[in-house]
Amino acid sequence: MSDQLSTDPTKPAQRMRAGSMTIPLMPWVLGAALLAVLPFIFTANSAITIMNQMAITIIFALAYNMLLGQGGMLSFGHAVYAGVGGFACVHIMNMDDFFAAIPLPVLPIFGGLMGMGLATIVGSFSTRKAGTVFAMISLGVGELIAACSVIIVAFFGGEEGVSGDRTYGLPFFGVEFLQQIDVYYLIAVWLMISAALMYLYSRTPLGRMANAVRDNPERAEFLGYSARWVRFYSFVASGFFAGIAGALFAINYEILTEENLNTTQSGIILLVTFLGGVGFFFGPILGAIVFTLVQTVLSLQTELWGFYLGIIFVLTVMFFPGGLAGLIMMHVPAMRLGKLGRLGVPYVKTLGAGLIGCLGAAALIEMTFHVRHASTGDHEMTVYWTTFDSHTVLPWVLAIGATLVGFGIARKTAPALAEAWNDANTPDGTAQ
Amino acid sequence: MDLILVNLIDGLVTGLLLFMLSAGLTLIFSMMGVLNFAHASFYMLGAYFAFQISLYLGFWMGLLIAPLAVGVMGAGVERYGLRRVHQYGHVPELIFTFGLALLIEELVQFIWGKNQMPYSTPEILQFTAFSIAGNSIPAYKIFMIFISIAIFIGLLYVLTRTRVGMIIQAALTYPKTVEALGHNVPLIFMGVFGVGTALAGVAGVIAGPVLGTFPGMAFVLGSIVFVTIVIGGLGSLWGALVASLLIGWITTFSKAYNLRMEDVLTGLGFTKPEPIWDSAWRDLWSITSPQIADILPYILMVLILIFRPYGLFGKRDA
Repeated sequence: MSDQLSTDPTKPAQRMRAGSMTIPLMPWVLGAALLAVLPFIFTANSAITIMNQMAITIIFALAYNMLLGQGGMLSFGHAVYAGVGGFACVHIMNMDDFFAAIPLPVLPIFGGLMGMGLATIVGSFSTRKAGTVFAMISLGVGELIAACSVIIVAFFGGEEGVSGDRTYGLPFFGVEFLQQIDVYYLIAVWLMISAALMYLYSRTPLGRMANAVRDNPERAEFLGYSARWVRFYSFVASGFFAGIAGALFAINYEILTEENLNTTQSGIILLVTFLGGVGFFFGPILGAIVFTLVQTVLSLQTELWGFYLGIIFVLTVMFFPGGLAGLIMMHVPAMRLGKLGRLGVPYVKTLGAGLIGCLGAAALIEMTFHVRHASTGDHEMTVYWTTFDSHTVLPWVLAIGATLVGFGIARKTAPALAEAWNDANTPDGTAQ
Repeated sequence: MDLILVNLIDGLVTGLLLFMLSAGLTLIFSMMGVLNFAHASFYMLGAYFAFQISLYLGFWMGLLIAPLAVGVMGAGVERYGLRRVHQYGHVPELIFTFGLALLIEELVQFIWGKNQMPYSTPEILQFTAFSIAGNSIPAYKIFMIFISIAIFIGLLYVLTRTRVGMIIQAALTYPKTVEALGHNVPLIFMGVFGVGTALAGVAGVIAGPVLGTFPGMAFVLGSIVFVTIVIGGLGSLWGALVASLLIGWITTFSKAYNLRMEDVLTGLGFTKPEPIWDSAWRDLWSITSPQIADILPYILMVLILIFRPYGLFGKRDA
């Protein structure tokens, strides 16, 4: 799925393949099989809820990456298109006669069309410019529509939102979508369809032009393409898939509120996509999976999880702009050389120590927070499944010690890791 | 007539406050081409720092020290954060400042908690300056107006009349040439970033006591500030001033005069559908101007972008 294109003239076969429509089928088959099998491995209801959430986030993040990664357009208000698609679907669910005539699995198309329609209107003036101007317009429009949701009660339902019932639709081969597992398969099928469509879109000449316009709009215009229209088409397509994500949200939760389209939601999808990696098609998928898991696990453990997330996000932007996918793909050259194994030991040394340092630092943060904000007299706290008194010296010594020792060792072993990295990425025989 | 005067003063206070934020933002934008998403977060930091300082040293020391501290932080962010991200391009820079805004909000919650801080106006300014037809104008509002105008004049003087200002202006347009003449352009960038964030800090210090010092204050004002500089034209100081005042007055007046959509529509010759609560247009009919006061800036921005994409005072290729 990566774009490892070669411009090496000695390998014409590889060069030819770059623009052709050959698509590696294997990852898709594996993905579909995994989606089909997952509910049999994780049978708990809560697990299915998390997987539903994950799948919806994946579609939304992929749609978002059509803008950010492939088109170079940074949107701060993309939740609006998903939200409006979702709202439209809930309204369709409430139209008794109409909804009784269509099966539920078709519903996301309406959500997609609604998101697409709104994107067409907004895109007509927002895609004139890329970069900062586009970002600002997307923010303004996002805020505008989010604010409207409290005013236009007929459509957005005001503060309490609108809710519907998915089971009133025409039964689909006897399935009425009463159970969570039915909804899971509906979402999974839509996930496969939309992911495949979005991937195919990125392979069309239009998708390729979006990349060209992202990298060098002037040159694209020189070749005779209108940068603005290319951006517009990407924007509309992205709005369609965002609308589908919103519709699936509506089907899954049967309620939509202002929270589904405000700027916080738009910020989260930016976070998810960027952490996953914007440079590769599978980046947002990775981001959505990791983010949903981390969110579920961490938010149960600590109320400071937003703080950690902020730190991780800023560090990612500063040091790994490729995100998680970029980090993984960095190892491809070493793997091609068959020297990936040489990285193992240095990795364990440095990253293991670094992990201890991070855990120590996190404990310090938790303890500081507890000392500052716990109600007076409440000295007992629990970190890493150990309960202790936060006003005694020992835990502080332990935490500071772990932090210093962890980071100290990581710092000490970093040169060795860098050396191993260079070694693993140099073909044997060429002297360094 | 008297009410108009009162509203003019209120709108002026809001507008000038907005201007202090947007001036720094637009200056930073015209210099580095990056919109500092975290600008309003520095405004929030200004308020919190000043509150913390005012606990020990009183309000006036807070007004003096907090902006300096915020400016130093801003310069640090430029030096160690933005400069690093700059190599990846403008979009990652924007994402970086967005992440920074998130982080600062979480940091403030981490240190000061989620509740509003009891940060109040200094006692010396807690009196009524004058009153217009029974509406008293507190002295603090007058103080805010004077501080903002003083800062604007000072900024204008430094930028257009001093040697430093000349170099900054030159570095805006021809950074390479200025560098070739022996000036340290990265240092100038860092300085401008620091001063811009310090201005936001000042705004935070004087707005904190009236608008409330709470973790959401950056979010409340943040997007309005972006709207302001988009309306005024990215990178234009005068545009920022005009747009700030415009937004200040529009929101104040639409809040003060309860203009009802029902009256407007009836005046235009439409008849009210009956029963109104069952009509699809019920929301349109029940809109009042105070209700939409807060979204008027966004509507204005969308209109401006459609009819004049470069803003009121923007150059063609900002």
